[in-house]
Amino acid sequence: MSGRAPRLAAIGVAIVLLLTLPAWVANSYYVNVASQILLWAVAALALNVLVGYGGLVSLGHAALFGTAGYTAALLLQAGHGHFVADFAAIGFTLLVSAIFAILSLRSTGITFLMITLALGQILWGIAYRWASLTQGDNGVNVTTRPHLFGISLATADAFYYAVLAAFALAVISMAIFVNSPFGASLRGTRDQPRRMNALGYNVWLIRFLAFLFSGFWTGVAGLLFVYYNQFISPQIMALQTSAEILLMVISGGTATLLGPIAGAAIVVIMKNVASAYIERWNLVLGVIFVLIISFMPDGLIPGTTRIWRYGWQALRARIASARSVRRAGAS
Amino acid sequence: MSLWLTLAVNSIALGGLLFLLSAGFSLIFGLMRIPNLMHGSFFMLGAYLGVTFLDKGVTFWLAALLSGVAMALIGSLIERFLLKRLSGQELPQVLLTLGFSFIIADLCLMIWTGDPWQPATPAELRGALQVAGLFFPIYRLAIVAVAVVVAIALWLLVDWTRLGAKIRAGVDDPPIARMVGIPVSRLFTLVFALGAGLAAFGGVVGAPYLSVYPGMDAEMLPLALIVVILGGTGSLVGAFVGSFIIGFLFNFGQAMFPDLAYVILFLPMVLVLVLRPQGLFGKVVS
Repeated sequence: MSGRAPRLAAIGVAIVLLLTLPAWVANSYYVNVASQILLWAVAALALNVLVGYGGLVSLGHAALFGTAGYTAALLLQAGHGHFVADFAAIGFTLLVSAIFAILSLRSTGITFLMITLALGQILWGIAYRWASLTQGDNGVNVTTRPHLFGISLATADAFYYAVLAAFALAVISMAIFVNSPFGASLRGTRDQPRRMNALGYNVWLIRFLAFLFSGFWTGVAGLLFVYYNQFISPQIMALQTSAEILLMVISGGTATLLGPIAGAAIVVIMKNVASAYIERWNLVLGVIFVLIISFMPDGLIPGTTRIWRYGWQALRARIASARSVRRAGAS
Repeated sequence: MSLWLTLAVNSIALGGLLFLLSAGFSLIFGLMRIPNLMHGSFFMLGAYLGVTFLDKGVTFWLAALLSGVAMALIGSLIERFLLKRLSGQELPQVLLTLGFSFIIADLCLMIWTGDPWQPATPAELRGALQVAGLFFPIYRLAIVAVAVVVAIALWLLVDWTRLGAKIRAGVDDPPIARMVGIPVSRLFTLVFALGAGLAAFGGVVGAPYLSVYPGMDAEMLPLALIVVILGGTGSLVGAFVGSFIIGFLFNFGQAMFPDLAYVILFLPMVLVLVLRPQGLFGKVVS
């Protein structure tokens, strides 16, 4: 019990900080950065369902993210209301997720990854090439943000709270999911698919439902994104976005609830900071990948702790050996 | 009539290029189980190196060979010093190759700028052959000829030489292959280098046709993926047939339904995944 108290306290502090953020940040630029972190955290949490708990690494999630954004943006442009556009966007994203799942769950491991990648690139190709529908490279503008309970989300603060609400719902649903029998059975299919099958679980169905759950929250994140930017272009559906979301999941540590959130914060902040100083975000992203994999394959947070502990032990060992040498010299 | 013929010839030429790209990808992915997401980058970087050699006055085929050799070296270094340490760990391999693909893409953008490069068709390959009243551009035919020669050479190498037998043994059962004295690790580096070199060679050979531009890597990688999913991983015959199917679908699709070219590419892949998930020529893995 004693180990739990500081953790609960930390979560409590985090909630208070998040709720009061616009008050103490005051600068709308930073409030917007916070909105970005939270909306990408929703996407990272969604991908983590598959990567962390299901052991299924998808590189097609940017396409699901973009599908939701494009559906909403195009429907809004066609004159439909926010309510219709948003529901249709989530519904259509679920449908696309189901198609992705049916095709990619024919296999697992790298073949799964390659199929999701190919499917994702095809959706990117549609967004990019089917110019009569998607306006190609020019992208689609979203002129207005919706009103929620009579409050306009046009300001940075109001939008932040909307994103925070969605983020909170995502975290709560993930927490319930992780601790539910369904979450346990998904972990079971990750670790022991054959035994799960022998025990009478429908491994395919569990993975399929997990994919839909992941697709749903990815769609929500995509919707938040399109309202945040009020613009969407094919670029967001490219492999790079899938890779960034994956980096968020990996860098924070997979199969944890806080990992993807921390990862989203790290990546979004790095991206904002890096793009202020250098044009070459891709290069930085690539170097980060290579460095993480070469030195901290278990994720930034566990990796840093490990290296820290290792360094600390090495330091202590050196001090101890220096002492013994000195003692030997003295005797 | 002549439009269809042009399309068909272009399709065969694209099929040949896709084979050069995906043969290596299929070997690396199918035999070594390495998800090499750098493969499109090898193709693009190879093409950029090739146009630079051409700019310096090197002849076309020599430029293609030099670029292939250079990329084989780069590929073997990455495999030897980074990928090898991650053998059997798929996710880290994915991230590492993805990281390199971003680095290569950005370096190419820095060095060769964002403007497309399109080298002239080499002088000896300009013009057209006239057969039965129909004109066939020589350069396109040359691409196909090169692809066929490479296909036969690869098939002979893998199926009929001692080296190929060793590679297959190393893939089927690495521990036993090592026990009987086959240097599996070195052979895998060789296969990786071969794949990288072939992709780069294909990039240069295709440059007068496709030109070289930023984002080419992200366009070629899914094509290679689709070819391999279609043909079956690790199967050279599959890669060969798949390449030409995709070559035809891509060209005819783009000509007839320009908006939907990507969807048309996607259809055979969906069919194969649903009906025959191991691919047309793939073996069922137990």
